[in-house]
Amino acid sequence: MSNVKLITDPNFDDADAFYAALTDAHRNLTPRDSERVNARLVLLLANHIGDQKILMSALEAATDLEDENS
Amino acid sequence: MLKTYTNPEYAYVPSADQGAPATVHHPVIIIGAGPCGLAAALDLATQGVRSVVLDDNNTVSVGSRAICFSKRTLEILDRYGCAAPMNEKGITWKKGKVFFRNKQIYDFDLLAEEGHKLPAFINLQQYYFEEYMIDRALEFAEIDLRWKSRVSKVEDHTDKTTLTVETPDGSYDLSCDYLLVADGANSGIRDMLGLESKGQEFHDRFLIADVVMKAEFPTERWFWFDPPFHPNQSVLLHKQADNVWRIDFQLGWDADPEEEKKEENIRPRIQQMLGKDVEFELEWASVYTFKCRRMDNFIKNRVVFMGDAAHQVSPFGARGANGGIQAVENLAWKLARVLQGYAPHSLLETYNQERIHGAAENILNSTRATDFITPKNEISRIFRDETLRLAEKFPFARSLVNSGRLSTPCDYASSDLITKTNGSGIQPGFVAKDAPIEMNGEKGWLMDQLGSRFVALINSDGVSADDISALSKISDDLDVLEVSAHKQGPNILDDCDGLIAERYALSAGVVYLIRPDQYVAARFEGPAAADVNAALDKSLGR
Ligand SMILES: Cc1cc2nc3c(=O)[nH]c(=O)nc-3n(C[C@H](O)[C@H](O)[C@H](O)COP(=O)(O)OP(=O)(O)OC[C@H]3O[C@@H](n4cnc5c(N)ncnc54)[C@H](O)[C@@H]3O)c2cc1C
Repeated sequence: MSNVKLITDPNFDDADAFYAALTDAHRNLTPRDSERVNARLVLLLANHIGDQKILMSALEAATDLEDENS
Repeated sequence: MLKTYTNPEYAYVPSADQGAPATVHHPVIIIGAGPCGLAAALDLATQGVRSVVLDDNNTVSVGSRAICFSKRTLEILDRYGCAAPMNEKGITWKKGKVFFRNKQIYDFDLLAEEGHKLPAFINLQQYYFEEYMIDRALEFAEIDLRWKSRVSKVEDHTDKTTLTVETPDGSYDLSCDYLLVADGANSGIRDMLGLESKGQEFHDRFLIADVVMKAEFPTERWFWFDPPFHPNQSVLLHKQADNVWRIDFQLGWDADPEEEKKEENIRPRIQQMLGKDVEFELEWASVYTFKCRRMDNFIKNRVVFMGDAAHQVSPFGARGANGGIQAVENLAWKLARVLQGYAPHSLLETYNQERIHGAAENILNSTRATDFITPKNEISRIFRDETLRLAEKFPFARSLVNSGRLSTPCDYASSDLITKTNGSGIQPGFVAKDAPIEMNGEKGWLMDQLGSRFVALINSDGVSADDISALSKISDDLDVLEVSAHKQGPNILDDCDGLIAERYALSAGVVYLIRPDQYVAARFEGPAAADVNAALDKSLGR
């Protein structure tokens, strides 16, 4: 198992371009299809990463939900 | 309904114990002659320990339940001397197809590793499996099988257990040093002793149908998610012996078991699934709900629980009988050594330790498969369905498709009995691997040389005769097995295909200590008898 950690510092080639592409991809989708696309995206990226430790750190960071109203 | 199989009826023979003036005492009594009770009797017998087996019925499993038996289970049964007929009768398949909605999304071919005596698994109806075990049990003088003998009362004490047996000739009492309980998932004995098996019940029902195909049909495993002929549910089809096909229909929780079991309701569904021209006969149908649960502690005083009574899993991944038999084997060598004075009574506690770990792993795997097949909520269903859609295009997603993972033996790497070392080859706590060998000029298999006693497996090239002799003097419960291309002798084998060297990293002087259950207890890079002796003591909890 590797000792690589989840990268939380900027790592995008082009952050703005990715963000735009992500929101564009969802722009004309129904909420249902958006959910489907997100699910597929997660699966594709997760497989690309592969490393279970990194995936667990990402899950942990993602599920640490802040109160939306605070 | 069964046409391809007739259940044997074993004769009830009154026991001399019944008329005895005082309660007769036995070292070991086993309750239940299902796969696990029978395995316990066979394992003990191969190690010279007598047992009495009590079963309330006088036949094997009525109707088919388990059908998939894994390599490890077959290796264990081979050690008992009954894997050959199973292997011969059983079916092996390599190819499978996965369908989602109205189309096939991918197919696969399981490529088996070469150089093993036994296949990765076989499909065989549970009644055959039990019948062959009984055939073998009847050959052992050490096994006293008593049919139509229902245990109605058990009283446990710190040093012994007493029980009452009901027979066609009335009841009688027995006592024993150790009572092994394998009376099945709804264990009455567990209830009698005020014990519980706790876990999860899946709110789902499954229709299990066995059908006989009239014409040729490919020997493949087919799994459907959400097919048009059975919307929103899953269906599994695979082959057993005698041209009998097992079909599992997921029904959902609201289904009425009695309605679903009726032939007029089953037929159209199967016809839609197989195609309207395929002719078949219905052999057997039954509706089940599944549970994943286990006891917190398999031992109470001198009563030891095994099989479904101790731990139960859903059938996805075929771990019920497989996991059960592997747990029995873990117990049997320990109990034999406690009874023979090689090990303290406390060794039995490690059955709890090692097999609670095994049961937890089996439950985890079965639960994961069940959760994939039956998504728990909307988002789980989206993930499941998108995984299946991606699987059609991308191989990676196929690794996530879980319709049951083949049962593989768990490891005991963290057990107190294992001597941990950092070497290559097979790690301590893992099960030994088979390889072709040549011994006294004859071809054979390594696994046939291991088990039922401790073995020191050593590459003896360049090892002095004194070192070998020191190893062989360690215990009369330990045999030295030399691997050498140069020497000849009764305990010397030739690694003819070089697979022992490869699988065990068995370079000159390397020695493995292998337990009676064929698990690696220790591995040393030099033939130091003192190290092997210490590892043996550790394995026996001394
Ligand atoms: C549909 C289905 C499919 C399955 N598929 C698989 C599979 O593919 N692979 C797999 O490994 N497992 C599978 N299983 C699980 C498997 O059938 C069980 O795990 C296995 O039978 C358990 O064996 P056992 O010896 O613990 O108990 P059982 O087989 O239940 O045997 C218990 C025995 O005890 C006897 N008994 C009960 N009470 C008493 C009493 N008071 N006195 C005397 N005798 C008594 C009973 O008559 C019976 O003979 C499946 C199960 C089902 C239902």
